[in-house]
Amino acid sequence: MSEMTGAEMVIAALADQGVEYIFGYPGGAVLPIYDALFQQNKVQHVLVRHEQGAVHAAEGYARSTGKVGAVLVTSGPGATNAVTGLTDALCDSVPIVAITGQVPTHLIGNDAFQECDTVGITRPCTKYNYLVKSVADLPHVLHEAFHIAASGRPGPVVVDIPKDIQFAKGAYFKPTEFHHRGYRPKLKGDADKIKRAVEMMAAAKRPVFYTGGGVINSGRRACDLLRELVKLTGFPITSTLMGLGAFPAADPQWLGMLGMHGTWEANWSMHDCDLMIAVGSRFDDRITGRLDAFSPGSKKIHIDIDPSSINKNVKVDLPIVGDCAHVLEDLLRVWRHSGAKPDKKTLEAWWAQIGKWRAKNSLAYHNSNEIIKPQYAIQRLYELTKDRDAYITTEVGQHQMWAAQFYHFQEPTRWMTSGGLGTMGYGLPASVGVQLAHPDSLVIDIAGEASVLMTMQEMSTAVQHDLPIKIFVINNQYMGMVRQWQELLHGGRYSHSYTEALPDFVKLAEAYHAHGIRCEHPGELDDKIREMIEVNKPVIFDCVVDPAENCFPMIPSGRAHNEMLLGDATTRVEDAVTEKGKMLV
Amino acid sequence: MSTTTTTTHYPAMTTAEPIETRTLCVLVDNEPGVLARVIGLFSGRGYNIDSLTVSETEHEKHLSRITIVTRGTAMVLEQIKNQLDRLVPVHRVVDLSSGRPAIARELAMVKVRGTGDHRMEALRLADAFRARVIDATTEHFVFEITGASEKIESFINLMLPVGLVEVSRTGVVAIARGPEGM
Repeated sequence: MSEMTGAEMVIAALADQGVEYIFGYPGGAVLPIYDALFQQNKVQHVLVRHEQGAVHAAEGYARSTGKVGAVLVTSGPGATNAVTGLTDALCDSVPIVAITGQVPTHLIGNDAFQECDTVGITRPCTKYNYLVKSVADLPHVLHEAFHIAASGRPGPVVVDIPKDIQFAKGAYFKPTEFHHRGYRPKLKGDADKIKRAVEMMAAAKRPVFYTGGGVINSGRRACDLLRELVKLTGFPITSTLMGLGAFPAADPQWLGMLGMHGTWEANWSMHDCDLMIAVGSRFDDRITGRLDAFSPGSKKIHIDIDPSSINKNVKVDLPIVGDCAHVLEDLLRVWRHSGAKPDKKTLEAWWAQIGKWRAKNSLAYHNSNEIIKPQYAIQRLYELTKDRDAYITTEVGQHQMWAAQFYHFQEPTRWMTSGGLGTMGYGLPASVGVQLAHPDSLVIDIAGEASVLMTMQEMSTAVQHDLPIKIFVINNQYMGMVRQWQELLHGGRYSHSYTEALPDFVKLAEAYHAHGIRCEHPGELDDKIREMIEVNKPVIFDCVVDPAENCFPMIPSGRAHNEMLLGDATTRVEDAVTEKGKMLV
Repeated sequence: MSTTTTTTHYPAMTTAEPIETRTLCVLVDNEPGVLARVIGLFSGRGYNIDSLTVSETEHEKHLSRITIVTRGTAMVLEQIKNQLDRLVPVHRVVDLSSGRPAIARELAMVKVRGTGDHRMEALRLADAFRARVIDATTEHFVFEITGASEKIESFINLMLPVGLVEVSRTGVVAIARGPEGM
């Protein structure tokens, strides 16, 4: 126990928690903490250009390392600017501790300068939050914040510290017990349910694993156990957008991503299966499509650490609450003990059916010699980087879905994307955090020109901190996914989805003291991608692509998995969607 | 002209299921903002609150007990319980409408104004309902009544023609029958 100021306690707790980097932006109400930061070198501060960027950078750091990401922002606008990032982290279960400055306690509620009700505003967008009103509580609160952020289903935690508490002196210690005795995430699954799951799996004729981000959040061990179980059972597996990389995409048992823009074979397998084994996935509306037609003939096992994920959208037959690694370990053990062997013949018939769906080649597109197709750009990017130590982040929209379809992940924590909230502007700052954590790796933000402009200022952060991130802009001059929906659902009325007056991305890169590359022809793509990889500084790669390309396959509105649309069906799409299209056009 | 078909990129609403009413007891750490967390959860996720009462019940442990009467489909009610349960300061959530029988009571103060026959009628009804007079002048009574919500409801309805002025109700508190605690 040692006597120190509240501000010094913040640094001490961060250091005790093993925080290497904190992403932040100074301001009046956090100056004492910034002063304490200045006088030490255990925790490195990374200056961002907007508080939203600080949270996304911390998310990138957290998701690529499995550690907690740390954020430091000031009161009022500092805190409100962080709200998008916090909500993003809540939706995607990313462990973040955000420390916000607050006006001195005696001014709280007085509409003081740069005051806002931070705990009130962030209550629904954090896993938990605190307003610290006594320096005596600070050590407890800081350590509990890390405990809550990282344990159970991870999420963001805000610690709001008034300026007078930062100045006040008190005793610092590292607590071993926490305030909230009711907070006990359940890690082990019930033994009888695991036994029942093994019985169901052994009896299944058309099984499919449907795995999500929960497996990756659970850690490397959960991914290894999943791989073992999938191999042992011989069952097919598909993953959500958040779950990519938990199972290697190169494996023949892999069906590709499922959901709205998932593969034909993944979605048909989900629809026609007789047993669905959901692991760390949450039956999100982008996965299920039309609920009353979702996988109508199957029994469903759902493994999740969050009881509120169970029976939220889809009623399941066997819920198992627990951490993926723990449950998968038990499942494997019981499976081996039971000597369970699924009937080879029926499983072969199931795989034969899946083979037919695969033959549809649902990701096919018409390539071109004149104009770069966005799918082709990502395919080339994948081919030229797959043997490197690469990490991919994305923004949100068509490019994100193409990246998920055409960049194949063999390992977990290599893929950072805003899945739940769908935050345009996520990818660039996230890549900053990833690059800091992995200084020698190749970090690429597969971006859209609209998204990336939302957080473009973080290029300064990358340049300041010598982070050679590669911003690979799929530039179609549209908010592509908005344009696609307008084409398919709103009679081709492209209401405000065309981006007039785009900046010259090469000049923009140069203005940031980064490197700019423009590529307009398929023939020069490979050489320019190589140039991007070789340049040892931040790069903005302006990849000018076909502005009219749509992202397929696609489950249209209100449809079921077996009603997907394919790429060559563009003309049929308008008929298929509504009568409206016909009547209007 | 457009047709009535509207398309969204979200799944359609699930078909209607029967709505049930439940009484939930929630044991929480009595800390600043805990009630806001619970209420925020209900408003943010579109759940109903018919009644909510809260008070610290175990002072040395700083535990408060919240009694919530809510309505929803079976699936929504399960969600409500699970969502409450995962709030950090929540220790336990018990559904008093399932399993062991439970007792639910409310307290109301009912102000009635009147003279002559109305006064006599008010007193007679109060007597029948075992309501106590806790304040009176020559032209008014304040009755205190406890009981199930339906009993209080009918008492208030009877007081209407007699000269009801206003009512203050606590909302439902509830506890399970039998020797075991929650």
